[in-house]
Amino acid sequence: MFQELNRGLPKLPTIRAYREMTPLKRREMREGLLYISPWLIGFFIFTFLPILASLVFSFMNLRITDGITSTPKFVGLDNYAQMVRDPQIWSLSGGTRGSLWITLLFGAISLPVGILAPLAIALLMNARSLKGQMVFRSAFYMPYIIPFVAAVFLWGGMLNPESGWINRALIAVGVPKESTPNWANDVNWVYPTYVIMGIWGIGNAMLIFLAGLQGVPTDLYDAAKVDGANGWQSFWKVTFPMISPVIFYNLVLGVVFLFQYFLVPLVVNQGTGRPGGATMFFNLYLYKTFFTFQNMSYGATMAWLLFFLILIVTVFLFWSAKYWVYYAGDKRS
Amino acid sequence: MATTSTFKPRRAAKSIVVTGLTLGMLILFLSPFAFMVFTSLKTPEQIGVIGSPVWPAAVATFEYDGKERDMYTVPMNKCEGSEESTDQRGLALVKKGTRASTFIDPDDMERGEFVCQVSWRALDRPWTFAPTFSNYTEVWSSINFPRLLSNTLFYAVATTVGVLISCTLVAYGFSRFDFPGRDFLFVVLIATIFLPGFVTVIPTYTFFQRIGWVGTWLPLIVPSFFANAFDVFLLRQYFMTIPREMDEAAMIDGASRFRVLTSILVPQAYPVLLAVIVFHIVFAWNDYFGPLIYLSTNRAAWPVSVALSTFNGIYGQKPQLIQAGALMTLIIPLLLFIFAQRFFVQGIVITGVDK
Repeated sequence: MFQELNRGLPKLPTIRAYREMTPLKRREMREGLLYISPWLIGFFIFTFLPILASLVFSFMNLRITDGITSTPKFVGLDNYAQMVRDPQIWSLSGGTRGSLWITLLFGAISLPVGILAPLAIALLMNARSLKGQMVFRSAFYMPYIIPFVAAVFLWGGMLNPESGWINRALIAVGVPKESTPNWANDVNWVYPTYVIMGIWGIGNAMLIFLAGLQGVPTDLYDAAKVDGANGWQSFWKVTFPMISPVIFYNLVLGVVFLFQYFLVPLVVNQGTGRPGGATMFFNLYLYKTFFTFQNMSYGATMAWLLFFLILIVTVFLFWSAKYWVYYAGDKRS
Repeated sequence: MATTSTFKPRRAAKSIVVTGLTLGMLILFLSPFAFMVFTSLKTPEQIGVIGSPVWPAAVATFEYDGKERDMYTVPMNKCEGSEESTDQRGLALVKKGTRASTFIDPDDMERGEFVCQVSWRALDRPWTFAPTFSNYTEVWSSINFPRLLSNTLFYAVATTVGVLISCTLVAYGFSRFDFPGRDFLFVVLIATIFLPGFVTVIPTYTFFQRIGWVGTWLPLIVPSFFANAFDVFLLRQYFMTIPREMDEAAMIDGASRFRVLTSILVPQAYPVLLAVIVFHIVFAWNDYFGPLIYLSTNRAAWPVSVALSTFNGIYGQKPQLIQAGALMTLIIPLLLFIFAQRFFVQGIVITGVDK
């Protein structure tokens, strides 16, 4: 899906090109625009205007305090000045770590798992010696369609320090009861808890990896074998380049997902940031700024920071794609 | 080759190891489902006992002399008349005592009542498999589950209709019409995936609040009629695999562009249209954020996801009700997936692998 973007932006149409069109071509253009008009109108109303409004909000003082809406006025860069000094975003000290660092720290754990776990399962699924591939494929995908709130409650029960199966299993294999993790209530275990809960979301990436693996022509492996490549070499020289577009796709989606992560802490730890502020993710802070403290302007300012950060990271990823993503049969890249 | 036999012991052994390993991983992966089912079938009494079995169970009882007697596991060497025995047996307690208690053996009624030198408090109790279904009925009635289901179904159907109509039209526009700027617009469409939700949510929410839509279904349903990147991409990719010659043949026969869409493309694209339908029903069924922000003030309109999320607060000490509620919420998407797996798999493969 992102190959379209990897080619760079197509040229914008010029007025001259339109003037030179034949009446038949013009009619086709009118009809085509008519068919895509639901999206064009929706994009304008629900995406383009809100982005602009959000930008305008960030230069104003829109907020509701004690049920009273402030008189709207422009405050220049005040919100931005407040944001760059906000310890709740930037603080580096461990006890009150800023929400942005919390998000990045969590990403450092969850992103590798989110790529490697589905890739490992997909490689296993693709093994010739596996029987019943279709059944396994559906079964590993299945938790992906479970309602998010229900999945969080299932894992919350599994990871309950007292009655959950995980700690009971740990005790059964000889771990002393005092040293079993306190999971979502422990500063050191809360991120692994979220990562475990996220394991149920690997289905999508796994299916895409599997389809990518199945698309690698077998004669490439045969050729590598003839050339004397071992399993490791044939993975890095054949499998990896051939599935690099799907790795790229999953990586980009994973990063975009990470920068918007907050529903799990909102439900599991009731959006309080407990334990010890460790789960006050950037988006949770943003959500609370807007919905709980009703500060529209500061919320919009934070949303623009988020927009900017995602833009930088995705532009970097798309730039890096030139060096490691290989699109078979695409001469332009 | 030296051997022509089709049975290769090494390959078969490898197959057993790999399949067994995968099966083991799958069992671990899906174990929360067993946890959910088992917990939802437990009685509050069992939940209250630390160290009680993981499966739904009740303390065994035995009816004797017109009363239900609790069963206990008793070391038989403490009992009169069987001091030599090394057995542990399940006995029904007749008379409690701190030093000595009176029991009867349900498997040996002829022995009659007898005394054992044990404190009944110190004894373990044998558990028997005893599922209870009362948690489901309690959840069903206490949170008005039928209304939650009808709300969720309404949301899922209304938005699926919107997505299906709008995305089909837009995908047709992007796949069958050539005009300057088309590819540019398509890239803009794909790029909306990267836009963080909050950038648009804050002004949109503020706007909907102004016009009085917050607390109604409108902010959730209306935008679905304006197409979205994933479904348009999915449909466009599929439409592009259908040869254009078929459109042209129909147009030579006098069909309009719209007729081409409804009579040529839609009938051939039914697998991907079904994929869009099942994806979207599951999406709407599971959606939490949208209903949370727009409907939290209007309890009567809540879908199952939002109601379920309040369970942690209401039933924090009653995990059996939380798990029963979770099961009731996930059963419909689960059944839909089981019957329509093919369409799910195909849809994902098109978005992720197709260029």
